Amino acid sequence: MEPVEKEVLTAVQNPMLPLIFQVRSRKQETNDTFTLEIEPLDSKSEFKFLPGQFNMVYVFGVGEVPISISGDPSKKNRIMHTTRMVGIVTKAMGKLKKGDLLGIRGPFGSSWPVDKCSGCDIVIVAGGIGLAPLRPAIYYILSNRERYNRVILLYGARTPDDILYKNEIEKWRSRFDFEVYVTVDRGISGWKGNVGVVTTLIPRAPFEPENTVALVCGPEIMMRFTALELIKRGVKENNIFLSMERNMKCGIGLCGHCQFGPVFICKDGPVFSYNQVKDLIFKREI
Amino acid sequence: MEKFKSYYLAPEELNKIFDYFKTRGYKIAGPTVKDNAIVYDEIESVNDLPLGWTDEQGPGSYRLKRRNDEALFGYVVGPHSWKKFLFPPILTLWEAKRENGKFKIYEQNYSEEKFVFVGVRACEISAILIQDKIFGGGQYVDPNYLRRRENAFIIAVNCNEPGNNCFCLSTGTGPKVLTGYDIVLTEVISESGHYLIAKPGSDLGEEILASLGFREATTQEIDEADKVSNEAVNKFRKEVDLSDVVEMLQSNYENPLWEKVSEKCLTCANCTMVCPTCFCHTVEDVTDLTGQSAKRVRKWDSCFTLEFSYIHGGSVRYSTASRYRQWMTHKLSTWKNQFGMIGCVGCGRCITWCPVGIDIVENVKLFKESELKLKTGESYGRGNT
Repeated sequence: MEPVEKEVLTAVQNPMLPLIFQVRSRKQETNDTFTLEIEPLDSKSEFKFLPGQFNMVYVFGVGEVPISISGDPSKKNRIMHTTRMVGIVTKAMGKLKKGDLLGIRGPFGSSWPVDKCSGCDIVIVAGGIGLAPLRPAIYYILSNRERYNRVILLYGARTPDDILYKNEIEKWRSRFDFEVYVTVDRGISGWKGNVGVVTTLIPRAPFEPENTVALVCGPEIMMRFTALELIKRGVKENNIFLSMERNMKCGIGLCGHCQFGPVFICKDGPVFSYNQVKDLIFKREI
Repeated sequence: MEKFKSYYLAPEELNKIFDYFKTRGYKIAGPTVKDNAIVYDEIESVNDLPLGWTDEQGPGSYRLKRRNDEALFGYVVGPHSWKKFLFPPILTLWEAKRENGKFKIYEQNYSEEKFVFVGVRACEISAILIQDKIFGGGQYVDPNYLRRRENAFIIAVNCNEPGNNCFCLSTGTGPKVLTGYDIVLTEVISESGHYLIAKPGSDLGEEILASLGFREATTQEIDEADKVSNEAVNKFRKEVDLSDVVEMLQSNYENPLWEKVSEKCLTCANCTMVCPTCFCHTVEDVTDLTGQSAKRVRKWDSCFTLEFSYIHGGSVRYSTASRYRQWMTHKLSTWKNQFGMIGCVGCGRCITWCPVGIDIVENVKLFKESELKLKTGESYGRGNT
């Protein structure tokens, strides 16, 4: 075993120190989800990210959680986080108002391969709040629309009330160059759209499988069945990308929590090609 | 021709080295007897070393015994490892304070403590080199670890008598110290007397040995020391062929044998706490009663706890078998994918300090058997997967 090179051992920057950000606005999205728009408190800082990356978000005295970035990657220093209030930290985040401060470490992790799929059909499959980490990819793709062939969003929510970014989805739907299909697990009276899980949209979605890149994010079980359904249609395994989730404490591959077999979700992911994870996602308790 | 000369030290002459470092602001960390075990703690002099003690180890068993000589290093390894100095079990990373309606984050000052580690075994040097790679070899590094590591002076010692749970010969990490030290000692107790042969491994080590007035060792003494340390390889009682373990474990995730090998496991996390390479940690955010100041504290964590894999909706690894599988597969297999080497150095601590005596070496053998039987067509231990 060889000792690690000396020069590597001399780096001093501390990646565990959060930078202070300020809340610009808070928007309630659904009953239990909200979006914070934040910016660095120090106006000299410049925060850039790639679609699919995440931040470690710290609420003073409460704790830190990994949250995907859901805003437009072309807008510097306007960072959006859409979050569901489920735990102590996300509930505290939900109480923040304009002007409140929080700590940010990031951006971390891998990104959706939006630059590598020029000329392809793009199929974006989202389940529930899984639409949040995909929204930066949608913004990117729509602002570089000429690079892609067909662009399709298949979105599944639990109920019509759980549909995220409702107004924005309507705007996207009105574009002629973006096909948007929404389905809900359970309809309510007045719902005129599809009912059923998101995978039911895949067989009839208008894309050419052999020339398709699929970006998938949602609960793990949804991603598994989506991948299988896409493969059944003929999408190549290495053209399907998933965003994985595990417990994270550091975001930088040191704390060990997010291990998924041989990879760290935080630094090797969260976005993986189906090929990279297919051996493990069908196994239990990895 | 070797780069450095070897020196002869009478056992108490180690004090000269300790004093040299003490006057330069170092603390001496070394083995000492406490609570019926040999632990690593701050020591003052040779007299604090476990003179005349040895440790008798077995699965789930550790006992100190008197030796019939006054050996300084006549034991193998105890429950502590050097990671407690380089990667402290509890460390405050930063503090945050509310000021005028805002909050600010203050980085904790890095520890400027300097340590001499005394009696570092070959397996433990490998463990340190592994943690160097984890905390210092990737895109993100831990500056706390690097500072402590830079300030550590390593006095290693060759193992002359491996313990019952030692298997460093199988992991290729011992028993002889080959790299990563400033000075390596070989302890000799024979008819010709009780002495140490000290060989430098760094320029600083050489400078110190030369400047403290030790005499050069004679060829006869060097030969005698080599003989003693070379014989250690013939004394191993625990061996296992690990050449295919990386592939084997990653192709056996769904082998029902995991249920069997983890049957007794209490998920107590002892194995991960005593392991010299285990690096997993968590962070806790705490506030004072006024809510005006907060801090983040880093603590050792273990993949054996239920909370370790918690995400909204529950823990990913809810069964004991899955947590044991995570630990053993990580240690002996996926670690290689992550860091280029396996995470086990064959020190045997996890076997000794497991309260129910689960033996990682025996478990590797069980998996090998199960693979073999599978290959030869017998159905054993495997379901329909």
